[in-house]
Amino acid sequence: MTQMIIDTANHIAGYAAKAARVKVVAAYPITPQTTVVEKIADFVEMGEMDAEYIRVESEHSAMVACIAAAAAGVRTFTATSSHGLALMHEALHWASGSRLPIVMAVVNRAMGAPWSIWPDFSDSLSQRDTGWMQFYCADNQEVFDTIIQAYKLCENEKVFLPAMVCLEGFILSHTYAPVNVPNQEEVDDYLPEYRCGWELDVNRPCSHANLVSPEYYMEFRYMIQEAMENAKRLIPKVDKDFFEHFGREYGGLVEKYKCDDADLVMLTMGTMASDAKLAVDKMRNEGLKVGSARVRVYRPFPIEEIMKLAENVQMISTIDRHISFGMEGFLASEAKAAVFDKTDKPLIAGFIAGLGGRDVTAGTIEQIAKKSLKWMRNGKIEKRTEWVDLKE
Amino acid sequence: MAVAKSRKEMPITPLSSPTEGSMGKTGSWRTFRPEVNYGKCTRCTLCWIYCPDAAITRQDDDSPKIDYDYCKGCGICANECPTKAIVMKREEE
Repeated sequence: MTQMIIDTANHIAGYAAKAARVKVVAAYPITPQTTVVEKIADFVEMGEMDAEYIRVESEHSAMVACIAAAAAGVRTFTATSSHGLALMHEALHWASGSRLPIVMAVVNRAMGAPWSIWPDFSDSLSQRDTGWMQFYCADNQEVFDTIIQAYKLCENEKVFLPAMVCLEGFILSHTYAPVNVPNQEEVDDYLPEYRCGWELDVNRPCSHANLVSPEYYMEFRYMIQEAMENAKRLIPKVDKDFFEHFGREYGGLVEKYKCDDADLVMLTMGTMASDAKLAVDKMRNEGLKVGSARVRVYRPFPIEEIMKLAENVQMISTIDRHISFGMEGFLASEAKAAVFDKTDKPLIAGFIAGLGGRDVTAGTIEQIAKKSLKWMRNGKIEKRTEWVDLKE
Repeated sequence: MAVAKSRKEMPITPLSSPTEGSMGKTGSWRTFRPEVNYGKCTRCTLCWIYCPDAAITRQDDDSPKIDYDYCKGCGICANECPTKAIVMKREEE
């Protein structure tokens, strides 16, 4: 029977790994991720989860252990944050290049220096080009559901790539909320047994991901790009299929809220989208045609959805919980890149907000939207990148 | 490595089955050459155990036979030999 529990998003990520029948978990603790793998250790120790729990000396080793386990033919899971993810960086490339469907929860935390334990996306977005798919969750339920969906997608034969399921530290990680945890049979029915594109076999020994001459390297990289494109097509289907099993869906790649007749759309990622909905409702009551769209999947990037979104709106304002130093927010850059080929482009303004855990409330978003509307009416972006709530 | 003409013939990630000499005759990398004095050899097989390249085979009487096609001349066998029955000599000597 489906169980309604009240728990933190981190513990919920542990429940999801258990429900996915993960067989190997290799992990190293780091704030604010620690309670994810604590919960899993608890499940394994209590005999509720049939998995090998490998304690390692670093995040780099955690990822390498996951690569080995996934290559040996079992479903694997790990979780990390911030500097732990940065330490994994090299191994992340090995995981995607080896085409192993590893799923990892990334509990977003700002990168130092200065030292911070609070959330922003600078950790996971720094891993943008590693060949991992990236999902960003807006609530605890979505964390559970996305981990299950991620395995389904990663293990699809047209994909065979790893995925990060990102959730903002503390805003979600340590916050209690009611979550619907389906029973094991329901999950088994949706998620078939582990599948990988290749497997280590003691009877047919081989080494993998080894030296490839310039004559072949490009083809292997092209196949990763092809797999990303396939994933982009499959994600809405995986989401729809999930809805048929569990009655919940997340809009595939982009979750839209009151965008149909909107003049201005606030484009965000993660939990900011929930506050954006409140801001949209308030402004709608004032007669302002504002909508909100949440990029749920950042890699593969939903170019086509953004192009479609751009068709009927006059302006898009992106809110990045991240800054690419020397440029602008990633979401701003990529939204602009997505609409570049259109002849009738909306204005796009980039806002930087919420770095290092600074609150982005519905009020903050309303303030951004109202400034955007002013620029929209004047037909001109006054500032390419605006930092929100910055001390003078 | 099998030669693939098109992408369709390629696996999703490179996989190599172990074959003899897949990287060519690595013995040509050698600067120093291990030589066995069979009179001093006690057949302890330590050189065979330690050789990182499996370039030493164990003969019927347990004495070592070095495969100079693949021995890179690392000298580990000479270092491990308890009776100094293996000595490293410059290739040109």
